[in-house]
Amino acid sequence: MKKENESADFFSRLWNFFASIRLTVVLLLSLAVTSMVGTFIPQNQSPAAYFHEYGEFFYKILSVLNIFDMYHSWWFQLLLLMLTINVIICSLNRFSTTWKIVFVKIPPFSVAKFRSLSTKEEFTSKRPIKELKKKCEDIASKKFSYCRVEQTDKGFFIFAEKGRWTRLGVYAVHFSIILLLIGALTGSIFGFEGFVNIPEGETVNSIELRKTGQIHNLDFGIRCDDFSVSFYETGAPKEFRSTLSIIEDGKSVLKEDIIVNDPLRYKGINLFQSSYGMLPPEKITLNIVSRETGMAYKKTAKIGQPIEIPEGMGTLVIKDYRDSFNYKSLSLGETFIGILNKKDGNSINIILPLHFDSFDKMRKGDFIFSVTEYDNRHYTGLQVTSDPGVLVVYSGFIVMIIGCFGTFFMSHQRLCIEIAKSGNNYKVIVAGTANKNKLGMQARVKRLSQNLARL
Amino acid sequence: MDSSNLLSVVTFVYGLAAILYISSWIFKKTLPGLLATWTAFLGAMGNAAGIIMRWVESYKLGIGHAPLSNMYESLVFFSCTIAVIYLVIERTYKNRIIGAFAMPIVFLSIAYASLSPNIRDQIQPLIPALKSNWLIAHVMACFLGYAAFAIAFGISLMYLFKQRDKDGESYLLSHFPELSVLDNLTHQMVTFGFLFLSIGIITGAVWANSAWGSYWSWDPKETWSLITWFIYATLLHARMMRGWHGKRIAYVSIIGFLAVMFTYFGVNLLPGLHSYAQ
Ligand code: HEM
Repeated sequence: MKKENESADFFSRLWNFFASIRLTVVLLLSLAVTSMVGTFIPQNQSPAAYFHEYGEFFYKILSVLNIFDMYHSWWFQLLLLMLTINVIICSLNRFSTTWKIVFVKIPPFSVAKFRSLSTKEEFTSKRPIKELKKKCEDIASKKFSYCRVEQTDKGFFIFAEKGRWTRLGVYAVHFSIILLLIGALTGSIFGFEGFVNIPEGETVNSIELRKTGQIHNLDFGIRCDDFSVSFYETGAPKEFRSTLSIIEDGKSVLKEDIIVNDPLRYKGINLFQSSYGMLPPEKITLNIVSRETGMAYKKTAKIGQPIEIPEGMGTLVIKDYRDSFNYKSLSLGETFIGILNKKDGNSINIILPLHFDSFDKMRKGDFIFSVTEYDNRHYTGLQVTSDPGVLVVYSGFIVMIIGCFGTFFMSHQRLCIEIAKSGNNYKVIVAGTANKNKLGMQARVKRLSQNLARL
Repeated sequence: MDSSNLLSVVTFVYGLAAILYISSWIFKKTLPGLLATWTAFLGAMGNAAGIIMRWVESYKLGIGHAPLSNMYESLVFFSCTIAVIYLVIERTYKNRIIGAFAMPIVFLSIAYASLSPNIRDQIQPLIPALKSNWLIAHVMACFLGYAAFAIAFGISLMYLFKQRDKDGESYLLSHFPELSVLDNLTHQMVTFGFLFLSIGIITGAVWANSAWGSYWSWDPKETWSLITWFIYATLLHARMMRGWHGKRIAYVSIIGFLAVMFTYFGVNLLPGLHSYAQ
């Protein structure tokens, strides 16, 4: 028996802990403060970079606390989880009360409460009661969605109200937070985020995941039919456009252009234009000038395959292509590297920067090499994501906006007009309450009363 | 005259309005106050005209887009929204002293945009990532929110000044609105700002999802907007559920606005990137 009591006690204390709005304030502030840390310390860099930046001691401390990926750390997620439990328990705690207020057939009105309001308006009227009643009813039923009249010995009451359901706005907002969390969780468990580079004309069936670097196979192939990039006159990029085809069973089932901000969605997988680049050329055309004879020759070379040098002087292999190449601290940009095997058995390196045609002249060899043409193919860089939680998150967004609007800018307003005979005249009392924006309600009551008095 | 010139003129008009509001507050004269209102109104009209002109100009340059794409344009929009919201409050509450606190913010914002050497006022073509209607909604909502928070900040300052003078002895504070009115106004501005900040964060997330395939990536700018959101959510709950009023709410509202400022300016100093920065 005692045990049961204890556990019930424990349970109710836990419940009360999570039902406290003080906890909400503490959690919200803790989240605000801890979130700052991750904006001052760049997240998800390489361990070496952190080690270099903070030294061994701080590196160890910070990495134990997961500061380098803090938004996914257990303690940050715990804060979010507690916030969610807090919202749920708090809302449950109060929901039954609200429910009873919102879902009643005949809304109860307490006359005493309205009479005791300090903000009520009063005036006397000489009009006949029928006329008064009609006018009051007209006004109340025009401005309020619910309106009822009750007869009394000395006159009557009119009760009116509207916006009862706006009391649910808070729960909508809180529910939206739960939706966001469910959606985010779904995404992080069942979704993935990766990227792939596809050369023009080629098809891929798999992508590389961002987090782990693992290869992830897709159920279909993606072919890049074409890629183009255009620029403004200022040199700033204007548009990146890839023409993609979805390949299933060797057949193209869908063909679409994508640009930044306009992705392709297929079977729950989204393909976003994210980057582009040049593929290393496979074939180049060389201009070869003989110093001795002054003759110029054109030769095509494939990367890695030796070509004969004219006049029987040996062979040249284009070994490598680099996006950037430094020669004696001079930056040459895109460059081909080759090996010249001379007739006499010596071999030397040849450096062929694309943007400096006469670079090879400085070598003072028997031949001067330069690159005149090379095949340039783009590849398109795609961000590939799948997030089955997005729909839930988006519905959370919508519910939150609607809920916030309802909570902040609409209120449950109640109005009571009492008319009672006093002497030869009628005494009219107009009083109103609202669960929010009470000043606004006061002003409305005042206007309404003036309206009636002018009758 | 192009939009940049017009907006430079508007800067001075706002400056004049700020001076008039402050002098009508200090010297308690109606005439400068009346002039201030009209000057501020003129400034807001010019400001709005400048924004529209800039929009038209961008189409004439063949790179048409809504003028909400960089620091300059967003600051200009920010000024305009604060000025408009303030004028509505002035009309509703029939009190010009708030102008002495709101109009300087309007002036500083547009002056910083027009005069700071770090901010380019040319119309620039949009880079691919910024070509999205979600971006327009995002920037508009954020700045409507920020404008409301800026006014809440000004009113909170007024609250703190006024409550230190309980006996009403101070000459300068005597025409301030009642404490309860200031408190209530702060709350109204914060709820308005909170709704639009929420919409701003949400539209930003939708935009990010359409451009990069992930609606939230904890980049510093996103994170700071969320921090701001947490701070104002704290304020709302403390007030609605724990009965905080007055001074404490004023302090939280001031801290909230500092977070807004950091979201906007400070984040550019942090490591990491938000493509909208600069
Ligand atoms: C998005 C903005 C939010 C708004 C507009 C909002 C609004 C409100 C309002 C108006 C109340 C009073 C409820 C009543 O009178 O019955 C309330 C209560 C509460 N809110 Fe929020 N809230 C928001 C977000 C959050 C968040 C993020 C949390 C996180 C835990 C939270 C937790 C609570 C709790 C625990 C209560 C008290 C229990 C209750 O009355 O339901 N709220 N909130």
